[in-house]
Amino acid sequence: MPAIEASASPAVELINVSRRFLTPDGKSMTAIRDFNMSVARGEFVAVVGPTGCGKSTTLNLVTGLARPSSGEVRLFGGPVDGIDPRIGFAFQTDALFPWRSVIDNVVAGPLFRGKPREEAYAKAREWLARVHLSGHESKYPHQLSGGMRKRVSLAQTFINEPQILLMDEPFSALDVQTRVIMHDVLLGLWSEAKASVIFVTHDLEEAIALADKVYVLTAGPATVKSVYPVALPRPRVVAEIRYQEDFIALSRTIWDDLRDEVERGAARDEAVAA
Amino acid sequence: MTDIALTADTTFRPGTSDAEIEAAAAKAARNRRRTVLFWRWVILFVLLGGWEAGARLGIIDEFFFSRPSAIWERLVDWVVNGTSEGPLWLHLWVTMEEALVGFALGSVTGIVVGIALGRNRMLSDIFSIYIKLINSVPRVVLAPIFIMIFGLGLASKVALAFVMVFFVVFANAFQGVREADRNLMANAQILGAKGWQLTRSVVIPSAMSWIFASLHVSFGFAIIGAIVGEFVGSRHGIGLLINIAKGTFDAAGMYAAIVVIMIVALAAEYLMTLVENRLATWRPAPLHDTQ
Ligand SMILES: Nc1ncnc2c1ncn2[C@@H]1O[C@H](COP(=O)(O)OP(=O)(O)O)[C@@H](O)[C@H]1O
Ligand SMILES: [Mg+2]
Repeated sequence: MPAIEASASPAVELINVSRRFLTPDGKSMTAIRDFNMSVARGEFVAVVGPTGCGKSTTLNLVTGLARPSSGEVRLFGGPVDGIDPRIGFAFQTDALFPWRSVIDNVVAGPLFRGKPREEAYAKAREWLARVHLSGHESKYPHQLSGGMRKRVSLAQTFINEPQILLMDEPFSALDVQTRVIMHDVLLGLWSEAKASVIFVTHDLEEAIALADKVYVLTAGPATVKSVYPVALPRPRVVAEIRYQEDFIALSRTIWDDLRDEVERGAARDEAVAA
Repeated sequence: MTDIALTADTTFRPGTSDAEIEAAAAKAARNRRRTVLFWRWVILFVLLGGWEAGARLGIIDEFFFSRPSAIWERLVDWVVNGTSEGPLWLHLWVTMEEALVGFALGSVTGIVVGIALGRNRMLSDIFSIYIKLINSVPRVVLAPIFIMIFGLGLASKVALAFVMVFFVVFANAFQGVREADRNLMANAQILGAKGWQLTRSVVIPSAMSWIFASLHVSFGFAIIGAIVGEFVGSRHGIGLLINIAKGTFDAAGMYAAIVVIMIVALAAEYLMTLVENRLATWRPAPLHDTQ
């Protein structure tokens, strides 16, 4: 492949991707179908869709933890082969190692990747300072508040300097005030790192406030229903942006689109339960 | 870094200082400890006193049940003059050596095999049936076989202690590995952990509390293995002392041997808890706010 083409290719590309699961009784179940998406370098993409539609499944295909049943996932023009070191992942639930102190959690990535200890710890202290956690190095996760744990997670993810950052409802377990603070922390880190981000959420306002583009998915099996560009200027202050006229207008437009799918997803869940 | 223990039913008048609250809490904690200790001693004295009095009044048959003072005299005699079969320390050491070697080999093998099978679906599917099969054999029936194969010495008792310990530790290590949080595994892998790094940094630490729980009980099993082995055939050991006491209808000797074993097992349990607490500083401390 010519070098020019490779450098121009998007950070993440999903081309006609499908993913099927085997249910416990041996039937095949389609979680995502004919999924197409393209994330440019440095772009912040948000994905919204009803619960259970297949958002987490989609992210897993990008990490390389799972493989598509058909179609193709490409990173910077190349195929996904195993877990890609250029990827960082922020989990919905707490994924810190409870038996490691804060600093040992942050330093995990560089040490796994064979960095010398001195260098790794120096870098970890730097990242902890950046998320305002200096002085908490030797605490254990259970001694921190939810917001602090989330900031440790972000430091743990960002220290590897991922070029692609996947986030699966990372702030959904936080209270509203903490969440807004975390949004600003995230946007700050992102504007420095210039990574490409796929941010999955079920909170539409969060999606619009953060992203350059919002993907709306259909109720499962998930495909892309529509894509909305977000033209709000950066840098953004998340706490204030939600009161702007164009923000409200956009969120109304997208919600009209999303609501049908949410209702369809809920109806389907009820049908399954009955 | 523990929380201040405050009794839930205390209300302080407005304007109470932190120092006063702390002092009150410390006092409450002290009182509580004293009450617990007091009742523990009371129960011990009532039990032993009742036993002693019952034996002396003829309500309890001394021939079968001996009495605390006779057991105590026997213990003192063993410690000072040694047993009829040689010094007490020799027998104690022999039993401990058998139990410790069996425990060490059994738990290390159990942990290694448990983690290996826990990490490998195929291996565990193949071997699970055999492990179930062997596990269904009551361990003590192996004692005569081991004595026949390994002789009257150390090896046969170690082998018995080993099989007693192995399955318990194995089962727990296996389960611990299976329960490892999938999110943590995925996180470590994405952060860059491969193969052995993943096992060492996620699988083993998350299996650790399971493994420790099994080590607690299985040291007792190792002692059982050693003593049962000694019953069946040996030249030294606490089991031998019990056997000889049985042969001469010496109830005090039997109970004295049991007391020796009790003390050893309690000491081992205490040490184990100490080690475990050292290793588990990361776990949340239990909250103290309800008394
Ligand atoms: N490993 C799996 N095996 C079988 N079914 C799965 C598996 N993972 C996800 N699913 C199913 O795929 C669908 C999409 O799940 P998921 O991607 O987690 O949804 P979302 O993240 O959008 O809430 C759900 O119906 C879920 O039950
Ligand atoms: Mg999900």
